Amino acid sequence: MKRYDLIIVGAGPAGLSAAVEAARRGLAVVVFDENEKPGGQLFKQIHKFFGSKEHRAKIRGFNIGAQLLDEADKAGVEVRLNATVIGLYQDKEIVVKTGEKICHYKGDAVLIATGAAENMVTFPGWTLPGVIGAGAAQTMMNLHGVRPGKRVLMLGSGNVGLVVSFQLLQCGCEVVALVDAAPRVGGYGVHASKVARTGVPFYLSHTIVAAEGEECVTGVTIAEVDSNFAFITGTEKHFDVDTICLAVGLSPMSQLLKMAGCQMEDNPKRGGQTPICDALGMTSVAGIFAAGDVSGIEEASSAMIEGRMAGIAVAHYLGYMDLQERDRELSALNGALDGLRQGMFAPKNRGQVIEKTEEGIAVSASLLKKGFVADDEIERFPGVTHRTGVHPVIECTQNIPCNPCQDTCPKRCISIGSNITSLPIAVADADCINCGMCVASCSGQAIFLVDEDCGDGTATVTIPYEFLPLPAEGTMGVALGRDGKRVCEAAVVSVKSAKAYDKTHLLTMRVPKAFAMKARFFRCEEA
Amino acid sequence: MGERIAEHPILGVLEKGETVTFTFDGKTVEGCAGEPIAAALKAAGLMVHRYTQKEHKPRGIFCAIGRCTDCVMVVDGVPNVRTCITPLRAGMIVQTQYGVSAEPFK
Repeated sequence: MKRYDLIIVGAGPAGLSAAVEAARRGLAVVVFDENEKPGGQLFKQIHKFFGSKEHRAKIRGFNIGAQLLDEADKAGVEVRLNATVIGLYQDKEIVVKTGEKICHYKGDAVLIATGAAENMVTFPGWTLPGVIGAGAAQTMMNLHGVRPGKRVLMLGSGNVGLVVSFQLLQCGCEVVALVDAAPRVGGYGVHASKVARTGVPFYLSHTIVAAEGEECVTGVTIAEVDSNFAFITGTEKHFDVDTICLAVGLSPMSQLLKMAGCQMEDNPKRGGQTPICDALGMTSVAGIFAAGDVSGIEEASSAMIEGRMAGIAVAHYLGYMDLQERDRELSALNGALDGLRQGMFAPKNRGQVIEKTEEGIAVSASLLKKGFVADDEIERFPGVTHRTGVHPVIECTQNIPCNPCQDTCPKRCISIGSNITSLPIAVADADCINCGMCVASCSGQAIFLVDEDCGDGTATVTIPYEFLPLPAEGTMGVALGRDGKRVCEAAVVSVKSAKAYDKTHLLTMRVPKAFAMKARFFRCEEA
Repeated sequence: MGERIAEHPILGVLEKGETVTFTFDGKTVEGCAGEPIAAALKAAGLMVHRYTQKEHKPRGIFCAIGRCTDCVMVVDGVPNVRTCITPLRAGMIVQTQYGVSAEPFK
């Protein structure tokens, strides 16, 4: 039986990060993963991540995945793929199935970083081909280059439902509706807004009555639910769709930990059955650690930090590093992790209704109900100001831990301050040079460059644009409002692309001056 | 229903394996070598992978990562192959699975 210092189960963001830290300190580390390729779900994430520099903010998920693999390679981490860990037994012995072969290994320490699995909901017709998990949609379109469907209904307004809806639009699918039984949008408002402004209608307090079809999905009926989640008769709405996508949460895949006898708890704030761990990620069984979504559902960014912390904790546990060094390294990571766990969407706030921002500003009711900030609400946020000439309009209205806009502006036009969750402020006396870096750096696509009065009765609005085909200069079309509805005719003045923008193109459109603060998306429309 | 994405705004043109043929219930279908069998079927618009043993209900792709086993088919004579994580090779014989075999229900 082969022995390792550290056996890691799961080559996702947490597992690989831990492996890198441990291997760098001289531990013999192996990572087992049941998949054909390492990286977990990172390679399906094509959006820019939130956070600050230390969290690799504004870098797209798949690029972070590539960085991580590179680090693991350089650190000499051994990754075994197509290797399913089917058991974790006494004395940290694991059983691995590879093809038809079963092997035993023993670790002085074991880290479980198995991540999470998607939750499902049932309704008549839910087993029909065409009803898929949101993760399946991501896998199909972002890994394999195949559209999940032509016309899709998304169930679930958490970050997964919102992000995957946007990705469906990006690969050319039509999203007919975004539906959630909850009365409020669950994910980041900025993720909702970028979907809503393309014209996708949100149906909160609605859920699926039934999926229709004999051999596969041909349609779906949704209806409104009351506060007890019972259908309200007469509120049914029907859509012709070929695909229904379910994004109804994740559950930790903690079976191995339970099997090993680790003390578990059912913690709704962590997403279900999770191990009880100390501050370093060690479970109740000495030498068995957990990191990432398996110990509580969060983001890949936090999983990577947790993984690093676990790798360092194991290095110390096995005597590869002294206590002082460990604590020095952990304190920096702790700070980074703590930063991610702040704001309205922090794990501690899960399930709570937050009515005011940290600044005391009333949260947009429209955002939570319809996915976009209403025209009469947007002016109360500190990123939305008026001035002569081109200036950034920052439509960031919720406290989330993210600050690339502040770092990227060479003229210091945007200020968040040291508190990473504060709403960005448009600095009054700064001179915007129209470089567009803020527009491209905003992971939430919530920053626009607006010249409210060009002197000839028109205004220009620069928007982030991540769709194909890219409209050419001079293209005539319509400007859509935050609600995705037509506000006026618009002409494309310029489309800027740059390496620093990282695939986010900056589309500038000219609109009548009256619509400068309303036009937020461009759609080509043949006359 | 599914179709291939020619060019993606973020991912560009995806690198895929060479085009190969395989058979689905005797019919010749094209796919890319190395992609999951399920992706090739999806791209060809084929949705039903199997029918359940008791109620003869259709099933297709559901999780696409090898967890749910909804997409299993008979591949090269072997039943219960998870097509969403099994790479496509030229000449594979892929069959709709009825219960646990490729024999349609009577």
